[in-house]
Amino acid sequence: MEVLTEEKIMLECRDIKKAYPTPKGDFVVLENFQLQAKESEFVSIIGHSGCGKSTLLTMIAGLNDITAGAITVANYPIQGAGPDRAVVFQSPSLFPWMTSLENVLIGVKQVFPHATTNQRLEICKYYLSKVGLADSFYKKAKDLSQGMKQRVGIARAFALKPKVLLLDEPFGMLDSMTRIELQDVLIDVWSKEKITAIMVTHDVDEAIFLSDRVIMMTSGPYAKVGEVAHIKLERPRNRKTVVEHPDFYKYRQQLLTFLDH
Amino acid sequence: MGQTILASFRWLGFGFLDPLVKLFQGIEPKKNGALFLKKAIIPILSIAIFLGVANFFSSYLYNIERERKIEKTRETQGDEAALAMQECIDSGDISCKPNSLPSPADVWRATQTLIADHRMISTDKAEFKTRTAAVNAQRHAQGLSSIRYTGRPSFVDQIFTSLKTVFAGFLLAAFLAIPAGIVLGLSETLRTALNWIIQIFKPVSPVVWLLLVSMVVKTILASADMDKSFVISFISVGLCSMWATLVNTSVGVSSVDKDYLNVSKVLRLGVVSNVFKVILPSSVPLIFTGLRITLSVAWMVLIAIELLAQSPGLGSFVWEEFQNGANDSNAKIIVAMFVIGGIGFALDRLMMLVQKAVSYESKA
Repeated sequence: MEVLTEEKIMLECRDIKKAYPTPKGDFVVLENFQLQAKESEFVSIIGHSGCGKSTLLTMIAGLNDITAGAITVANYPIQGAGPDRAVVFQSPSLFPWMTSLENVLIGVKQVFPHATTNQRLEICKYYLSKVGLADSFYKKAKDLSQGMKQRVGIARAFALKPKVLLLDEPFGMLDSMTRIELQDVLIDVWSKEKITAIMVTHDVDEAIFLSDRVIMMTSGPYAKVGEVAHIKLERPRNRKTVVEHPDFYKYRQQLLTFLDH
Repeated sequence: MGQTILASFRWLGFGFLDPLVKLFQGIEPKKNGALFLKKAIIPILSIAIFLGVANFFSSYLYNIERERKIEKTRETQGDEAALAMQECIDSGDISCKPNSLPSPADVWRATQTLIADHRMISTDKAEFKTRTAAVNAQRHAQGLSSIRYTGRPSFVDQIFTSLKTVFAGFLLAAFLAIPAGIVLGLSETLRTALNWIIQIFKPVSPVVWLLLVSMVVKTILASADMDKSFVISFISVGLCSMWATLVNTSVGVSSVDKDYLNVSKVLRLGVVSNVFKVILPSSVPLIFTGLRITLSVAWMVLIAIELLAQSPGLGSFVWEEFQNGANDSNAKIIVAMFVIGGIGFALDRLMMLVQKAVSYESKA
């Protein structure tokens, strides 16, 4: 296994512990959790429901406190939530009273405070076009379909130019056809930006298709890293060639075997 | 074109008239005719039943009053006078008509009287205006205030006075309750600290508010040359009705979807843009639900307040008619009741439309 040098590490979680106090003592969700993600690496975290993978992601995002341990982004400890760790939420969480353009723009304004209005609009329109919404700039978010909302969610996250992209079961609420479409959109945009990405999912095929590395978590409480699969399929990936690749089934077998017990 | 009419009818909440509109447009006349009959028969039937019951009940009360009146005359003035009284009542002479619940026909006559009365007063007013126009222009040039019409207001004038008061009260309520609700919604500490005020003042009766307000206004506006009773009644209306908006706004602001707040945190929005771009827009539907309740409460308490504050309007109209005790006073009170109900219904519909227009939720 390749030794990761300090400067190549974008995200590091060291000895993470998360415990919720209960009357009968602490309920420990995660303990001794370690994670390192290199620059431009796509890491998926897979595990059973309730194993604490979403908790982990919200902790990295800064939306949830950690009980012990440290999280650093580019060697700096994180402080609260921030646009350097953009999140694609499971429910798209767009502001329904805004248009898709405004939804992206409100973030871009925060990240590029010195840009002109036109430059900001250019950025927003670029990413919205990238996710296939070139003709829906001015549609109200409430009028978009679930799949289109998540496209906006993806565009909003990329437009922030984050150091780390966090995806919290981003396709969990979509039907399987839309899910496949959006996986293609995501991989397409990601392969151009090469942002370090951490994705939580419980879809095995999705994890293999998108990731460089799949981390399998043991079931909680006291969840930790169980196994790691390095997905060495060639990039850029194409759904057809990936599913025809013999290694795909090897990885699939490995993941399913782990999840089976 | 046809579609627009249909859509606008539905938007106005008259969806039940769909078949009638289609019938007029000549779309599937058989089917829509049947549909209309089906939908229209029940409302028409219910109105007929209502009128029937009202008529029966009022004539029942009328007969009791009639017997009593004749009996009383017999006791005090003897058989002959009683017979005369009976004849007088049955001839329909209004001078000896027993005073009881008016029948639907009486109410209808009173409505026509009120309309005629309004026409008369309007022409009177118009005449007054033309007569005084020259004088007023002269007085205006001299810097004097113009001569105003000081005659009795008509029923329609009273309606407009009431509407003016209710809107003034409603605006006051909105201006007080929305900002206060936002502040309370944002701060958990303030909410718990000031909860007692809301809980104690919310159930206070309009009458008590009126007394409280007049205690204050009496002192503050002691020398001011303005319509004190109007000020007192609109402030009382506002204070009575603001609580629904206050509570709804603070609930709306304090219960913003956690997902939106998370997005706001990730984007590191400042306090101002967080409040104005995220929290307020997301609580708009609840705020408007509160405003809708406020307006209907305002209209309801307005009548009671006007009645007590001697401020002109429908409330004082009802009270004056009750004190008046003329033979058609009771019928006029019933007319006022239906007008009050109808206006209340219209105001509620109006607010519902506004609420629909500002709501971001994609409801059909």
